[in-house]
Amino acid sequence: MVKSLHARHHQLANQARQVEILENGLFAEGRLPSFQKKIAPLGHLPLKPTRIEIFQVNVGYMCNQVCKHCHVDAGPDRKEIMTRETMQLCLEALEKSNIRTLDITGGAPEMNPDFRWFVSEAKKRRVEEIIVRSNLTIIVSNPKFHDLPQFFSEHNVRVCSSLPFYNAGKTDRQRGEGVFADSIKALQMLNEVGYGKEGTGLLLDLVYNPVGAFLPGDQMALEHEFKTELAEHFGVVFNSLFTITNIPISRFLDFLLESGNYEDYMEKLVNAFNPAAVEGVMCRNTISVDWQGNLFDCDFNQMLGLGVNRKVKGHLRDFDLTELEKRDIVIGQHCFACTAGAGSSCQGATV
Amino acid sequence: METYYAPSDLKKFGNIADWQENLAKKFFDWYGDVFKAGDLSAREKSLIALAVAHTVQCPYCIDAYTQDTLEKGVTEKGMMEAVHVAAAIRSGSSLVHSVQMMNKAKKLSI
Repeated sequence: MVKSLHARHHQLANQARQVEILENGLFAEGRLPSFQKKIAPLGHLPLKPTRIEIFQVNVGYMCNQVCKHCHVDAGPDRKEIMTRETMQLCLEALEKSNIRTLDITGGAPEMNPDFRWFVSEAKKRRVEEIIVRSNLTIIVSNPKFHDLPQFFSEHNVRVCSSLPFYNAGKTDRQRGEGVFADSIKALQMLNEVGYGKEGTGLLLDLVYNPVGAFLPGDQMALEHEFKTELAEHFGVVFNSLFTITNIPISRFLDFLLESGNYEDYMEKLVNAFNPAAVEGVMCRNTISVDWQGNLFDCDFNQMLGLGVNRKVKGHLRDFDLTELEKRDIVIGQHCFACTAGAGSSCQGATV
Repeated sequence: METYYAPSDLKKFGNIADWQENLAKKFFDWYGDVFKAGDLSAREKSLIALAVAHTVQCPYCIDAYTQDTLEKGVTEKGMMEAVHVAAAIRSGSSLVHSVQMMNKAKKLSI
């Protein structure tokens, strides 16, 4: 299995180096207009939050897969993992803030030994919706995870699963050999307990991201395609498909640079800038928490080491929702991925 | 190295308006409408464009519609099938003309 950039001591494992690449070159030389320049005339500079509705917690970078496009640089060799004490701080922040959605991500969040405890405790609180971002294969990777579909259903967790394509060729090329077959098995197990089926209230969403240096197509058309193909060939059903644009950071940035696609891809993102998508960028209604309890504007800023604006307290210990909702959101050239075309967020297209 | 086709020229397609704005505008408006979903889906139209791009052997069109079909979720196998359709019509077109050859040869021959 391929190692993470981190384990390979790759230059892009250094967050500052990634920011340097993104901010210099094309943008510093004026060959492309900066994100700041594009949003200023729209009255969105500084970019401000609307209302924080989603509390996204990254419980660790460990994962059983090493996907080629991973913005987290996750993998089995990553040891960063959230402790129960930090999870407790998350629960306290949720309790005093009335945020309706807890969105748990990773790595493979299920690999955190306190994952089930965290979900159960959150369920006891006033959280309306718990989302788990599952890579699917974790469910079939080890007998101790085989009952996850049952656990999810008992806690009415909304399962949001990555599946970049409805066939093995493209999926395995991005996510690793055998990932598609295992993903299908896991989806069938989720369907068996009622996920994705009408009337059960158990939501199963799939996340599509392009397998390469191009933008996602129309979300509804792709959803139709996925539903038809997965039902016909594998008897798999699901609720919604979310299209996500690949963010030019970490392993996807490595791919772009190595394959000579970086400049064209950035230009494509800038040319596809959609002013309407700025309104709905997810950093305006989300707060992201890392494994140590540090706060970020989104999971991508987290991976770039760009913490929330220095004028606000940046750790869960001092969590202050009112203060956070007044902050200036930290932006960079990677933000063009969230405003391209129909927009992109963890909940799919935004326009 | 200087070549007749420069990949960067595709990005300058809009510049055709510099020398004839009115006709270019009509062309780009019409072009945009052609590719909107109608009785045929945008995906089907993109595949037709990919096939035609190979028939007219336009490298710009091949680049553009390879990307477009990928974005629209067409499989690589599907993309290649579309090119085979174009190729089959091309070869069929040559071969069916051989009936004319046969007719003529028969007429001329004793």
